[in-house]
Amino acid sequence: MSGERETVLELRDLEVSFRLKGGGVFKAVKGVSFSIYKGETFGLVGESGSGKTSIGRAIVRINDASSGSILYKGREISGRIPKELDREVVRKIQMIFQDPMASLNERAKVDYIVSEGLYNIGVKRSEGERRAMVAKALLEVGLLPEFASRFPHEFSGGQRQRIGIARALIMEPELVVADEPISALDVSIRAQVLNLLSAIQKAKGLTYLFIAHDLSVVRFITDRIAVINKGEIVELAETEELFRNPLHPYTRALISAIPQPDPLVERKKVVMVYDPKCHDCSTDKPAWTDVGGGHFVLANEKEADAYRARIASGP
Amino acid sequence: MANGPAILEAKGLVIKFNLRGRTLTAIRGAGLELYEGETLAIVGESGSGKSVLTKSLIGMLDRNGWVDSGSAMFEGRDLARIKEERDWLGVRGKKISMVFQDPMTALNPLLTIGAQIREVFELHHGLSGKKADHAVVEMLERVGIDNPEERRRQYPHEFSGGMRQRVVIAIAVACKPRILICDEPTTALDVTIQAQILGLIKALQRDLAFTTVYITHDLGVVANVADRVAVMYAGRIVETGLAEEVFYDSRHPYTWALLSSLPQLGVKGRPLYSISGTPPNLFNEVRGDAFAPRNPKALKVDFVAEPPEFEVSPTHRASTWLLDPRAPRIEPPPAILAMRAKLGGAKLGGAKLGAVGGAL
Ligand SMILES: Nc1ncnc2c1ncn2[C@@H]1O[C@H](COP(=O)(O)OP(=O)(O)OP(=O)(O)O)[C@@H](O)[C@H]1O
Ligand SMILES: Nc1ncnc2c1ncn2[C@@H]1O[C@H](COP(=O)(O)OP(=O)(O)OP(=O)(O)O)[C@@H](O)[C@H]1O
Ligand SMILES: [Mg+2]
Ligand SMILES: [Mg+2]
Repeated sequence: MSGERETVLELRDLEVSFRLKGGGVFKAVKGVSFSIYKGETFGLVGESGSGKTSIGRAIVRINDASSGSILYKGREISGRIPKELDREVVRKIQMIFQDPMASLNERAKVDYIVSEGLYNIGVKRSEGERRAMVAKALLEVGLLPEFASRFPHEFSGGQRQRIGIARALIMEPELVVADEPISALDVSIRAQVLNLLSAIQKAKGLTYLFIAHDLSVVRFITDRIAVINKGEIVELAETEELFRNPLHPYTRALISAIPQPDPLVERKKVVMVYDPKCHDCSTDKPAWTDVGGGHFVLANEKEADAYRARIASGP
Repeated sequence: MANGPAILEAKGLVIKFNLRGRTLTAIRGAGLELYEGETLAIVGESGSGKSVLTKSLIGMLDRNGWVDSGSAMFEGRDLARIKEERDWLGVRGKKISMVFQDPMTALNPLLTIGAQIREVFELHHGLSGKKADHAVVEMLERVGIDNPEERRRQYPHEFSGGMRQRVVIAIAVACKPRILICDEPTTALDVTIQAQILGLIKALQRDLAFTTVYITHDLGVVANVADRVAVMYAGRIVETGLAEEVFYDSRHPYTWALLSSLPQLGVKGRPLYSISGTPPNLFNEVRGDAFAPRNPKALKVDFVAEPPEFEVSPTHRASTWLLDPRAPRIEPPPAILAMRAKLGGAKLGGAKLGAVGGAL
């Protein structure tokens, strides 16, 4: 099935490193590869510090890729690229940031915040056109056009996240990197923002890379999920398959730890702990393996055989 | 759990704040009982008053706030009437202690971890010298910090977020409190660390026999820890009951809305239930049921008269006119009906529900 689908974004062996103050280098993202298909919501899940944001920032080119490639519709977009392509990508790939409280410029009015991206792409527009675009983007995220003249601190968390979404939408993107868009929001507004993201996706045929640490939210909204641990993807599968047959011990530990809003389940549950030492690397090294039907897992041959057997015997 | 007398009983608490010359009523008549050894979880959206209510029990309201009326009886004293700071010293950090969301704010960055725990032993247990050191090491071990002998000489910034929260918990329980209040203790942590911290608090509760109050907006955490649940909305407790009663047989429309909006209970491809509108402005007087303007199925009476507390069972109460015998029958939303069905299934042949991960 994946063969026929259009790939919007492909990462090949992506590595992101940071130079440390002491002089060393820290590899935050190690050899990450995956493809995102047009119209899907691809989830990237892992714990704090696992490298999720670093990947997102590399895709929108805030961070440099230290090696590997990032392909947008088959064309390399990391490193030095032609001006034309650069202009296209600046528009077509947008990011929604993790913390709506910190990510908006406090001293700018909503009007400027939402249209900032337009100034950067250098297309000449009349003031009237620009204002009309801001008004439209605000309406699309359920805010009133008159909010344009206000400052971010006058808004609630949910409204601020809507402003963040509006500033991405105004660029008419094709791919949106949503970095934990609801983690910082209150319970009562999470559902609103999730619904909004889904509705926009349906209306505009957008593709999402949805970054989160909360697997319960990711399960609800994504088509496929990649699980990342310490900069490495350990498992990737269609969402329901991943929950039906979690294979990698890290994925299993992560899933077992999510609290379910169901006391009968919670009281009997056993949380699994991931011990990296459980992998026996003496015989062969782990490799990125398809154990069937597009369910990928980082495993050596012995482990892969065991995983295949587990899938065959049913959950 | 709810057997025996309550060790703490708050009634009709009204708490107000003075803000730039205007008065805001944050808690509008809230009542709460705590029973020996139980875990009570308080849930509700941001601003509903969870922190203010519990802070009032340890004399930690911000300076511009005060308990306007009501009582909070604990060990024969009315905590709501304590005025002097020195009268709180026998309660706060001794009988009732508190753990907050951000461990960094609770720790002094300039003191070693060991020194901060030691203070509690010196203050409350009169220990000193080697004895105090020994108690510190034992406490660190107890909260799961490896190499306590070396670790106690380190500073907070040398610890990870999860380890810091362990230290804060160590400080909070070092005084052997009767009540431990945890205000969003794991919100800033990863799920795997969260599971460890929840497990740690449970283990300590078992060993040291204290009563726990959890404040959280994560209903998954509530399901994990709570014996009883109190649901707060706009400064009142609108529903309270055993965890099973609140999760599988909730009665207040706000509890329905809160549960229905969970992605775990949603159907993929369909919009999640979401609560429209905003909570009432607490500067103004609230008429009727505070949730009525956001409740699509509100009754006429909800807008004019404040609902009293109705008893659903001896352990379960809710303040909603829906429980009045004269009220029309209103079906709860589908997600709530599905939860009810679950309890039925569990009672009949519950083993299936327990399968680990199976229900995820
Ligand atoms: N600019 C930077 N300089 C040095 N190290 C960095 C920098 N940005 C990120 N890192 C490190 O890279 C690792 C991955 O960070 P990243 O922000 O990508 O994690 P994350 O998965 O998004 O975590 P979270 O869930 O907490 O947002 C972390 O160890 C982080 O400390
Ligand atoms: N010092 C203060 N001055 C004025 N108003 C206050 C003060 N402290 C709290 N409030 C108000 O009291 C109400 C209850 O606040 P509280 O902090 O108890 O909410 P909460 O339920 O703990 O919310 P959260 O989940 O965001 O922590 C809010 O409307 C808040 O703005
Ligand atoms: Mg991040
Ligand atoms: Mg609070």
